[in-house]
Amino acid sequence: MKNEEIVEKEKTPFREFWESFRANRLALVGLGIVFFFIVIAIFAPLLTSYAPDSQNLADRLLPPSASHYFGTDDFGRDLFTRVVYGARLSLWVGFLSVLGSALIGTFLGIVAGYYGKWLDTIISRFFDILLAFPSILLAIAIVAILGPSLQNALIAIAIVNVPTFGRLVRSKVLSVKQEEYILAARAIGMGDTRILTHHILPNSIAPVIVQGTLAIATAIIEAAALGFLGMGAQAPMPEWGKMLADSRQYLTDAPGTLFFPGFAIMFTVLGFNLIGDGLRDALDPKMK
Amino acid sequence: MFSYTTKRLFSLIPVLLGMTLVVFFIIRAIPGNPAQVILGQRATKEAIEALTEQLGLNKAWYIQYFNYLKDLAHLDLGTSLRTKAEISQEIFPYLAATFELTFVAMFIAIVVGVNAGIISAWFSKSWFDYVAMLLALVGISLPIFWLGLMEQWTFSIQLGWLPTTGRENVRNPVEAITNLYLLDTLLRGRMDQFIDVVKHIILPSFALATIPMAILARMTRSTVLEVMNADYIRTARAKGLKMFVVVYKHALKNAFIPILTVIGLQIGLLLGGAILTETIFGWPGVGRYLYDAIAYRDYPVIQSGVLIIAFFFVMINLIVDLLYGFIDPRIKYTE
Repeated sequence: MKNEEIVEKEKTPFREFWESFRANRLALVGLGIVFFFIVIAIFAPLLTSYAPDSQNLADRLLPPSASHYFGTDDFGRDLFTRVVYGARLSLWVGFLSVLGSALIGTFLGIVAGYYGKWLDTIISRFFDILLAFPSILLAIAIVAILGPSLQNALIAIAIVNVPTFGRLVRSKVLSVKQEEYILAARAIGMGDTRILTHHILPNSIAPVIVQGTLAIATAIIEAAALGFLGMGAQAPMPEWGKMLADSRQYLTDAPGTLFFPGFAIMFTVLGFNLIGDGLRDALDPKMK
Repeated sequence: MFSYTTKRLFSLIPVLLGMTLVVFFIIRAIPGNPAQVILGQRATKEAIEALTEQLGLNKAWYIQYFNYLKDLAHLDLGTSLRTKAEISQEIFPYLAATFELTFVAMFIAIVVGVNAGIISAWFSKSWFDYVAMLLALVGISLPIFWLGLMEQWTFSIQLGWLPTTGRENVRNPVEAITNLYLLDTLLRGRMDQFIDVVKHIILPSFALATIPMAILARMTRSTVLEVMNADYIRTARAKGLKMFVVVYKHALKNAFIPILTVIGLQIGLLLGGAILTETIFGWPGVGRYLYDAIAYRDYPVIQSGVLIIAFFFVMINLIVDLLYGFIDPRIKYTE
């Protein structure tokens, strides 16, 4: 009974993390920004009376007004509506591509780090080769094979980011593997699978979470860059990068088409970067 | 040191071979028969078959790959489908343009970024520190292509100070020597052209410099801050050295390894980021060359362009690795 009381008073790891994260004001701002964009993305249809691709050529390139908060684009589409709906696409690509690369990267990293030997050599060389290409270049090359579309851009970004996660997990696994509790687990007859899922994985996951948050930021920028180059989302999708590419012809007449999608990308990415920084500070034992 | 250099060079071989393999397969995985693409839609069946035969496209993939490697070893990068010119000849002016842009951008990034980081660490928790770090955070969150467009809108369209696109005044073209126009105009003693070239390079190089500048500022700040607590810094201050000397000589020297790593990584990334910057600013570099090649489905150019950029990326990383040993003799390469 007495022991249980002591245990209850001790902070759980999550609580300890949350207190440390909460003390970081910038991280909370980031959380606020990301939460804001998620809410906008979910409730997009309720925020506007226009459809993102309904054209009205009589209202081309209007400046911001009470009926069009951000003005209109060259097809007379409401820019506010398009930016709001764009949040759906960018967040979707960001989350999904990073989920993909984190899962594959973690799997490969664990295999390479835990089993070592020739598997490690093959996987590590594979990572080296992928990392030898600048990421946007590799993404462009992959999209060139698959064909330009938002979905293929997502796949390309996911592939490009696999080695980052893989290397991270591999190095973490290599150090965790040396810990005495792993030796103890093995001594009491625990199998590889159980050691991996119960000890190695939980102890290697913190850096993946940090990297994942920062990678969402990069993925959103990369998706927008591919859209900008015409290799991601296609017309009439309200994707922020694609919208910026279209704005190039109207820089003089309607700078609103340039400002708003750009600010949307910047703030979303800033939000994820702030959270990522905060998570790193909160999860990294060296910082305490 | 010497044995490390050779070992490191040898370890490059599998990576370089792997890269050629990746590029080779990416190009072959692109849908469509290259012979058909080269000859166009109206080509006869016989003509396509003849060209397929001539290009060796009907041979087994490993024979094709081996032939490709053999050509590469002779520095033969193939012929552009669009211009029919030898790529190894044609690519030089583009490479020079990209190098010039990357060099200027990196110079700006290092001068501004490292100094901002040092001053932020020196006067940590001052208003300068907060403003600089806030700007750096915004800097790493900016899409480079948006920044480029914003620059064009502000400095070209609204203020009319600088040209929107290009590398030189088209009505007063630079006579190329090295294809590095900043150097060429000086060599020819043409100050009017030099000023033109400078005006053209300002916007794209600042756009390209933003992200490495922001990353360098953050990195420098945190490493210098860490070093500032070390005993030898206290000793240096205790013996009455000026703070400037302590920070710039003692602290920076010891914080330099991580900074150097970031510089190396960022130069490589700049080569990739150049595609976006060059597209926006109409800069005739490798990125632009590659982008046009993708639009025209000019496979040999895509293949060689990607390979060349990746090659430089790997080489820069190698140089950075080797530089560690010179900067910090304590790093011994015993693996």
